[in-house]
Amino acid sequence: MLELAIGIILGCCALGAGTAMIAGIGPGIGEGNAVAKACEAIGRQPESRSAVTTTMLMGCAVAETTGLYALVIAILLIFVAPGYLVNILMNTLGR
Amino acid sequence: MTHNIKQPTDPRFALKDRLLLVGMALPLVTGMVLKALFVPPANGIEISGAHIFLTVKLPVLGDWPITETQVNSWLVMVTIFFFCRWLTHGLQPEGGTRRQHVAEWIVEQTDGLVQSNMGDYFKDFSPFIGAVLALSAFSSLISLLGLFPPTSDINVTAGWALLVFFLITYYKMKCGPLHYLKSFGEPVAFLAPLNVISEFATPVSMAFRHYGNILSGTVISVLMAAALQGLTQLLLGWLPGFLGEFPFFRIGLPAVLSVYFDLFSGCLQAFIFAMLTMLYVAGGFPEDDYKKKQAKKKIRNA
Repeated sequence: MLELAIGIILGCCALGAGTAMIAGIGPGIGEGNAVAKACEAIGRQPESRSAVTTTMLMGCAVAETTGLYALVIAILLIFVAPGYLVNILMNTLGR
Repeated sequence: MTHNIKQPTDPRFALKDRLLLVGMALPLVTGMVLKALFVPPANGIEISGAHIFLTVKLPVLGDWPITETQVNSWLVMVTIFFFCRWLTHGLQPEGGTRRQHVAEWIVEQTDGLVQSNMGDYFKDFSPFIGAVLALSAFSSLISLLGLFPPTSDINVTAGWALLVFFLITYYKMKCGPLHYLKSFGEPVAFLAPLNVISEFATPVSMAFRHYGNILSGTVISVLMAAALQGLTQLLLGWLPGFLGEFPFFRIGLPAVLSVYFDLFSGCLQAFIFAMLTMLYVAGGFPEDDYKKKQAKKKIRNA
């Protein structure tokens, strides 16, 4: 039974990490839009290239934040959560 | 104007030059030696945090682990110190060496950046912003040498973000604590809880952004290295002896990724961290109210 319980914990942690990274869609679409608009702006006004690029990179970095939250959660789920949860299981079972 | 650029030929000058260069390279070599001696090599897909070199027992504070992060941070700081000394030693009012022009360019760029993003009131911020930029960029770029980048430890970036948070709050309080508290009730009073949350979200998001970007680069590099090793064993595993075990595909290919994840991402995140610091500090400062208050004070004193 214990193997099954640990297996469920590991599997669910992996599933959770994978599910958390669905959040990667958001920044992908958002940054794509930002870069597309920046390209349009540079095409219209090539002399404002450096200003547009700087602003775009800043915006991309801010838009990326949600994706990075998901990444941090996924990394915690893969590398930290299994050990923590298995410890809790062992403590409840008293071993 | 090339005729008045003359290289100093004083032997003491050249000696100092070399000593400073050694001072720049020595911390990095020390870091690599420390890593080779004490950090156990990772095998396969193994992503661990900073290695703990030793734990110091302190009377009140309890155990104090000395980690790779702290050691590498200090090594980076020493490197930057000697780098700055090397750039700026033997300055001349006219002409000057190539190094001097680089130093002048750096100072001018930082000044311009701060001036254009923060305005005149904050123009004394440029040394701080330059320090943040240099520390952050060098901390991330240290991974090019195979060392553990301090910025991929959340404690480091959280510390920086906390410092920035204190700065923001200090400049928001410039008009007095009452004005600061009132700013939470804007635009409508019942939004105050949301404003408090967004106040605390600023340092959290800054810390996570920097840490997450550098860490994701490390994770992807490790995964890529493991994948390339597996691919080599699959395709070239039939070669006899040593040749069969040698990971041929790991030569050169990870460098392409490294250009993005270590070089570009490291510099970009440093720039973004400095940029956000400037925008938040300058944006939180109630400049108009502060000027009004100063003017009122002047009238009262007169």
